[in-house]
Amino acid sequence: MKPYRYQRARDIPGAISALAEEPNATFLAGGTNLVDLLKLGVMEPEVLVDVRRLTSDSVEELPDGGVRIGAAVTNSNLAADRTIRSRYPVLSEALLSGASGQLRNLATTGGNLLQHTRCVYWQDTTTPCNKREPGSGCSALEGHNKNHAILGASEHCVATHPSDMAVAMTALDAFVVVQGRNGEHRIPIEELHRLPGDEPWRDTTLEHGELITAVDLPLLDLAANSKYRKVRERASYAFALVSVAAALDVGEDGTVRDVRLALGGVAHKPWRATKAEEALRGEPINKANLRAAADIELEDAELLRDNAFKVPLARNVIVRTLLDLAEGR
Amino acid sequence: MEQEITIKVDGTGHRLTVDTRTTLLDALRERLGITSPKKGCDHGQCGACTILLAGRRINSCLALAVAFEDEEIVTAEGLAEDGGLHPMHRSFIEHDAFQCGYCTPGQIVSAVGMLEEASSGWPSSVTADLDADEIVLADEEIRERMSGNLCRCAAYVNIVSAISETAGGEARR
Amino acid sequence: MSITTTGRAIGRAVDRIEGPQKVTGTARYAYEHETEYPLYLYPVQSEIARGRVARIDARSAEALPGVVIVITHENAPQLADTHDKELAVLQSDEVAFRGQYVGAVVAESFEVARHAARLVSVVYDEESHDVGLRADRVDLYAPDQLNAGFETDTAEGDVDGALSSAAVTLDETYTTPMEHNNPMEPHTTVAVWDEGDLTLYDSTQGVHTVRRTVARIFGLERDRVRVVAPHVGGGFGSKGLPHANTILTTLAAQMIEGRPIKFALTRQQMFSGVGYRTPTIQRIRLGADEEGRLTAISHDVIELSAKIKEFAEQTASATRTMYATENRRTTHRLAALDLPVPSWMRAPGEAPGMYALEVAMDEMAERCDLDPIEFRTRNEPEVDAETGLPYSSRNLIACLREGAERFGWEGRDPTPRARRDGRWLIGTGVAAAMYPVYRMPGTRARVRSLGEGRYAVEIGAVDIGTGTWTALTQIAADALGVGIGAIELRIGDTNLPSASVAGGSSGITVWGSTIFEAARLFRERHGEDPSEGDTVEAGTPDNPETENYSMSAFGAYFAEARVDEDTGEVRVPRMTGVFAVGQVINAQTARSQFIGGMTMGLGMALHEESLVDERFGHVVNHDFAEYHIPTNADVGEIDVAWIDEEDPHVNPMGSKGIGEIGIVGSPAAVANAVYHATGVRVRDLPITPDKLLR
Repeated sequence: MKPYRYQRARDIPGAISALAEEPNATFLAGGTNLVDLLKLGVMEPEVLVDVRRLTSDSVEELPDGGVRIGAAVTNSNLAADRTIRSRYPVLSEALLSGASGQLRNLATTGGNLLQHTRCVYWQDTTTPCNKREPGSGCSALEGHNKNHAILGASEHCVATHPSDMAVAMTALDAFVVVQGRNGEHRIPIEELHRLPGDEPWRDTTLEHGELITAVDLPLLDLAANSKYRKVRERASYAFALVSVAAALDVGEDGTVRDVRLALGGVAHKPWRATKAEEALRGEPINKANLRAAADIELEDAELLRDNAFKVPLARNVIVRTLLDLAEGR
Repeated sequence: MEQEITIKVDGTGHRLTVDTRTTLLDALRERLGITSPKKGCDHGQCGACTILLAGRRINSCLALAVAFEDEEIVTAEGLAEDGGLHPMHRSFIEHDAFQCGYCTPGQIVSAVGMLEEASSGWPSSVTADLDADEIVLADEEIRERMSGNLCRCAAYVNIVSAISETAGGEARR
Repeated sequence: MSITTTGRAIGRAVDRIEGPQKVTGTARYAYEHETEYPLYLYPVQSEIARGRVARIDARSAEALPGVVIVITHENAPQLADTHDKELAVLQSDEVAFRGQYVGAVVAESFEVARHAARLVSVVYDEESHDVGLRADRVDLYAPDQLNAGFETDTAEGDVDGALSSAAVTLDETYTTPMEHNNPMEPHTTVAVWDEGDLTLYDSTQGVHTVRRTVARIFGLERDRVRVVAPHVGGGFGSKGLPHANTILTTLAAQMIEGRPIKFALTRQQMFSGVGYRTPTIQRIRLGADEEGRLTAISHDVIELSAKIKEFAEQTASATRTMYATENRRTTHRLAALDLPVPSWMRAPGEAPGMYALEVAMDEMAERCDLDPIEFRTRNEPEVDAETGLPYSSRNLIACLREGAERFGWEGRDPTPRARRDGRWLIGTGVAAAMYPVYRMPGTRARVRSLGEGRYAVEIGAVDIGTGTWTALTQIAADALGVGIGAIELRIGDTNLPSASVAGGSSGITVWGSTIFEAARLFRERHGEDPSEGDTVEAGTPDNPETENYSMSAFGAYFAEARVDEDTGEVRVPRMTGVFAVGQVINAQTARSQFIGGMTMGLGMALHEESLVDERFGHVVNHDFAEYHIPTNADVGEIDVAWIDEEDPHVNPMGSKGIGEIGIVGSPAAVANAVYHATGVRVRDLPITPDKLLR
C-alpha cells in the first residue's frame, strides 16, 4: 500500500474541489471496498478525501411520493428503514443478502454503488487485466470465469458488478444524485454503470471529482410487491452467482399490468431486463410466458468456458421469482 | 504519512500517532497491545477482527484508524464492565462454542452486536415478514446473522446454542 | 499392560481450562507475545512458476524510510542444511513455483514493509512451467512409499478375473480438487536471535518438530533454540511441519540480531507455501456376486506432488482394509509439478480416498438393489485384510445401526428424486469411515510434586484447538489419582520434555500414554505422599499389543440434503455422526471435534476448491471471499454420538484419537444424499449448483 495523505473535507464543495486539485485522489466513505483494494495494491491513490460524514445519513420522503436516501446511509440502516421495508421490500432484501452484518454497518449507499468487481484477476496485481492496466489483456477471458459475465461483455473485459443493492435500485428506476464542480444533477441509475466496451477501466460514467450525495427512489406502487432472489453456493456471506430483483403488478384478469426486472451477476453493470419486461406486459402470467420472456432477455448471452450454467440459472430464477410474486409468496 | 489521533478503547482513552494507512485493527494490536480483535484475513472476509464501534459491530481491518478517531470502541476484552466475564463469554465457555479460540473474541463481540440489532427490530435475509415489529431469534436467524464470522474449527452448532441461551436469558430479564 | 479406563476425570465433559483467556481474547497466539522494538517482515514472492531470478533491484525499497534491510538470495546467509528444497529459503536464484519467496523486506512497521516489498523489482529468466494434473500424463510415476509409510501399491488375488465374472460391476472415476487448510490464525513466526540463542514464537502443531528442523537447517545446537506456542489458532495439518515462512523469519533474525522479527502470512499468502491437499483422480472398480458380496475392489489413484519435494498422499490406504474381498488392488501414481509442496490436510489419504470409495459403495448398493447399510454389513471383514490381524475393536456396524436409529433411516425409499418440499428436492445419504490409530515416537513427560498434593505435569505438546490443555489435565488427574484442580499442566514450550506432533489424531493417545507412564513411575518411586520437588520423567511405553492387533477408529455418517430444483443450491439441514473411538477423554471437547470434522467435510462436499490457473501456475481464488468454507448459515443440526467401546489393547486410556475421523465419511454422506435428492450423481467435488442444473 502506497503512502497517501488523508484529509477530511469540511463540506461537499470542499471535497469536490479537493479532488479537482488532485488527479490521483479518491473519495473514502465506509472503506469496505476501498481499503480492501488499497491493501491489494489494486488502487494506489495519493490522497484520500473522507466524505463519510459529509452527505446525509437519513432516508427522507420526497414531496412527489418518492424517497431520498442520503449517500452516507449505511447498508444496515437502509435495510432496516421502515419505509423501505414496506414500500420497496426488494431493496431491503437485496441489502440483507449482501456481505455480512459487520460490513453492512460500515458500508454506505454511495460506496456500495461504486464498489468494484470481484474478478479474481482484477484483484491480483500479478496477472494481466485491462481494467487495472489498460492494454495488458483480460486474464478471465480464457481463465477461471465461472463468476463472469454472460451479457454485455467485451473482448476486453468479462467482469461482473458485485452489488446486490444496485440491482434492486435498477429495478426500482432509481436516480443517482451527483454533485460536481458544475452543481448537482440526477442521472438514472441505468446510466451510472457502464458496459466495458473498449474502456473497461471505466466502471461508471462519473467524472473525476463527482460525488454521489443521494439516491432517489421514485414513487412506484408495484414496488410494494417486489422481491430479491440471490443464488450463491454458500448459504450466506457470498457474492451472487446470479440474482434477480423483480416487482410485479398483475391485474384481476391474470395479465401483467406492469413489471420491473433486473439481474445481478450477469454483466458489468446491474442488468435491467427491459426485453423481458416488454415481452411480459399485457400477457397472462404463466410459466410458459415467463420462460419465453426470460429466453428473449438471455438470447444474446455469450458464454465462456465456465459460466454457461448462468443461462438456465437466470432463466429459472426469473421464472420462479415472478411466479412467487404473482402468487403472493 | 502520519497523523495524531485519539481513540477510546474499552473505556480508556489513547492518544497516538499513526500512519494514515494503519487500520483500527493494527492500531489496537500493534500499537496498544490489545490482542482481542484478531487478524484472520485482513479483508473483511472472516470477521475475526470484529469490534463494536459506537455500539455497532464492524470489521476493524477495513476501518482506517484516522477515519474513525473519537469514536467509542469496545473489544471482547472490554465487554464486561468490571473486567470479568460477560454472560456471552460464559455461555461460549459452557457450550464449548470454540476450539482454537482465534475467531472467538470476534464471534462474541459480533453476537453481542447482533442481539442489539435484533432487539432494534432489524430484519435479516431469513426473516419471513420484513414488516414484523419484533424479531424472534430462532436458530435460523442466529445462523444467518452470525455468518460474517467464519470458524474453521466449525464450532457453529455450539455458537448458535451459546447465543440462543444468552438471548433467551436477556429476554427473560 | 495395566489398564485404567475408569478414572474420575476421563470421560467427563470438562469446560476448557483456557476458556476465559480465549473468550476475552487475552490468550496469546504467536504474533501477540510481547516483544520489545519488533521489526516487521513482508515477503517478495515470485511472479513466475519456474525459472531463475535474473536481477533484483531493491534500491527504491531500501531508500524508503523505515526499511531496515531487503533480503534476497544475494545477501542471505548460507544455511547449514539445504537438502529440503522447500526450506532452502533464498539459497539460490532458482524459482520452483509461483509465490515462492524470492526476497523479504524488514521494516520498522508493517505498513512500510508491505509497501517496500512492492517496490522490489525482480527480473526473471522464465522457463515454461507445468502445473496441470491429468490422468493421461505420460510422466506419472510410482513413489517409493506413501505418506505415513504406506506401500505405494498392493495386490491380492485376481482382480481382473473377478471383475469379468462378477454379477454386478462398477467402474467409475471420482475427482477431488486441491484444497487449502486455512486455519483461522495465519501461519506466524516471531523470531528473536540474541547472542547465539534463538527464540521462536511460532504457530505450530509441534514445538519440538520446529526446534529440530530449525536447529538442523541453521546448524545450531538444539538447546540454543527455544520454540514457544501456548495457543495455536488451528492447523488442520498445515502447521504440522515447519514451512518456508518460519525459515525466512529466522533468517531475518539471524541478520538483525537482537531485534524481534514478526511475520504473519496474509490470507492470500497462505495459498502458496504452507501445504495443501493434493487434487485426486480416482478410478474405482468393484465387482459383487448376486448376494451383494464384493468379489473385487480396485482403487487407482492419480495425484500430484511438487518437483522440489515429494509428498505422496495415501489416498487408497483405507480401501485396503475397509471391506472384505479376496481380490483387491490399490495403486498410487504421482505427477511432479511446478507447484508448492502439498502436505497434510485433516485426514490426508482417508478424506479424499473414502469420499470416492463410499460414493462407489453407494452406487454399488443401488446396483445390487440393497440398502447401503445392508450392503456394507454384508461386506464387513473379520480381520484386517492387509495384515491378517484381528481388530483391537471394530464397531462399524454398531455405528451404522445406532446412526440409522438416531437419524431415522428405516423405511427410506431408495428411489432418487422421490421426496420434495415445494421446490426443494430432499434426499438422505449414508457413508462409513475408518481412521487408523497412529503411534508417533519421541514423547516424554515429567511429573513433579509441587507440595500440598499438587503436581506439575510437563510435556512439550501443543493445543491447536483440539482441547489438549483440558484433556491432558484430565488424564494427568486420573493417572495420579487426584482431582483436576491438583494438576498444573505445562505445554507449548521446548523447555518442556519432547513431544510428538499434534497430528494423525495421535496427540492425546501418545501424550496421554506417556503421562500415564510417568505417573506410574512417580508413584512407584515417590509413593502417595511425595516431597515437594520429587520428579520423574518417562518416555512412551512400548505397546506389544500393536503386534497382535490392527487398531482403527470407525464412524458412520448420515446427511439430509435439500436441493433447489430451480437453482441447484444445496443445503444440508441435518447430519448425524456415530463413532467408535474407544474411550472418549472429554465428552464436551470430543463432541466439538466430531462436529468440526463433519462440518469441514460438508465444506469439502459443497464448497472448497482451490483453482489453479495453469497459465500462471498459482491459485487465483486465494482468499476467503472466493475460497468458500462453510459459514454458520451452511450448518444445520449436527447430532453426534459415540458407542460405548472398551478397547483394552490400544493404550492405558483405551482411546483411539478423534481429530480426523469426523471429516472422513462426511463428504460421501452429503454426496450420496444429493444424489438421492436429485438423481444426479456428481462424481467430482465440490458439488456446486452448476453441476446440478440441467
